[in-house]
Order: sequence, then structure tokens, then C-alpha cells
Amino acid sequence: MSIDFEQLNVGEELPGLELQFTRADLIAYANASGDQNPIHQDEIVAKSVGLPDVISHGMLTMGRAIRVVTDWVGDPTSVVEYSVRMTRPVVVPDDGKGATVKFGGKITQINANRTVQIELSAVCDGTTVLGQAKAIVAFK
Amino acid sequence: MGMNHDMVGFVYPDSKPYLVTAEKIAAFAQAIGDDNPIYFDQDFATSLGHKSVCAPPTFPIAVTLTVMEEYFNDPALNMNYSRIVHSDQRFEYTRPIEVGDELVVRTSVEEIRPLGGNEMATFRTDVLSNDKLVVTAWSKLVVRGEE
Repeated sequence: MSIDFEQLNVGEELPGLELQFTRADLIAYANASGDQNPIHQDEIVAKSVGLPDVISHGMLTMGRAIRVVTDWVGDPTSVVEYSVRMTRPVVVPDDGKGATVKFGGKITQINANRTVQIELSAVCDGTTVLGQAKAIVAFK
Repeated sequence: MGMNHDMVGFVYPDSKPYLVTAEKIAAFAQAIGDDNPIYFDQDFATSLGHKSVCAPPTFPIAVTLTVMEEYFNDPALNMNYSRIVHSDQRFEYTRPIEVGDELVVRTSVEEIRPLGGNEMATFRTDVLSNDKLVVTAWSKLVVRGEE
């Protein structure tokens, strides 16, 4: 781990990420995760349940958000806790471009047991899509 | 028509083991678009002190979701599967998931409560390998009330 725990400060921001979500990504995620719910692939089904269009799997958004932490820390296994609330869906239009989500992270707590709490943010089209997103990272 | 609150505290029998392979880890990492070498490169993982490549933090859902989906359809729970929305997810990791792990999921119904006109249910899934805890995941689902 190249990060020096002693040098960290509460309020410090982690490098953010901007990631595209396309229909192809949703199909790949459905196959790898086993979550074949049609609202993530079929716009007729999505619209029939009142959604504006096909939406991303909340767990795909969660899986991508943590990269802010794991890219920063290097070894993803130093994440000891991770939780999110899926507040809004990421709507993914079938236009080859899809949706763009901006992910960010900020240190909100530094603990005596050498753990750090990071609050994550995920914003799509100006709307927060993950709430109460937090990860705890343990330093050796 | 609501969910059966008597099911709170119920523990389902352990699931059949899920064998973790390097291919499954790589496929999941690829699907979330994460190219961290710890998910793909055995030598890199070893250099960090791990036995094998390790699974990404949200990988356990690929193991627990298929197990839970069976219970969402359990008539004893009386959960309207077509009206479920996944609202919260939490993981507490005991150790990384590695190649060769035979993961068994022990699911319990932790909470069922009303939420406005909806209902909220929390499933706790303890993921074990060789009877030892690897990760605990909590999935909170909102069952939207009928309009």
C-alpha cells in the first residue's frame, strides 16, 4: 500500500471517476451476476412497471462506485465494510452512449484502529443515485 | 395481503456450495469494468500476500442473490416478487474471497416492517467457506404496495 495512513486528513477527497453505463454493460453484468431481471435489459418491461427506460442494476452502480476507493488504495481487500442505499435508478438509453455517472469519495473519519471511513458519491444527470454510500478501509 | 411477519428470525437451510474459480472472478470484474490486476493476475495477487486472485467487493452478491431469489418466491413469506425494489446493500468482510472457496450461503430473515404504504424486508446472508465466515451481506428490499 503506497498511501501513508499518518498523512491522511478528514475532508480529503479521493480522485473521482466518470464512467459510462451502456446497454451492453448491463447485459454483461446480468450474465456475470446472474441478475436477469428484464427491467435491466428490456425497455418494454421497464416502461410497463413505470420506469422511463431500462435502468442499471443498482449492484452494478455499487460495484463501480467502490473503484474510487480501490483504485486509490490499490489492494481492494483492504475494504472491510461497504454499504449503499440505491436512491435513484441510473436510466440507460439505447443510443450507443448510455448514461454517465460521476463517482467521488471523501474521507469522513480516521480511527485509532487504523481504519478510515470514506463517503462515496454517485451522480447521474445532476441527480444523486447512491445515498449513504460508505466504505471502511483498514490500513496495516 | 402483506408479508408474513412470523418469518422474522427464520433461518433457511444452507445453500449448495458455489465453487469460486479464477474465471468467475475475472468475468465479474470485467462486467463491472474494473481492471485492477488483483482480479486477473495471480502473480500480482501473490505479491500482495494473497493465495490467489481475489474477488471484487460486490462479488458476493453474485453468490447470494440467486440463493435469495428462491426465497423471494417462498409462499411462506408472501412477498410479491414482481414489486420488489432493491433499496440497500451492505457487506462486512471477514476475509477476501479466493479461488477454490466453496461458498455456502446461510440466509435469515432479519426484519420485516411497514414503510409508508410499502413493506421493507431485510435478508441477512452469511457466506461461509469450510464453516468459517467469509463475508456477511445484508440486502434490504422494498416491496411496493399495490396502487
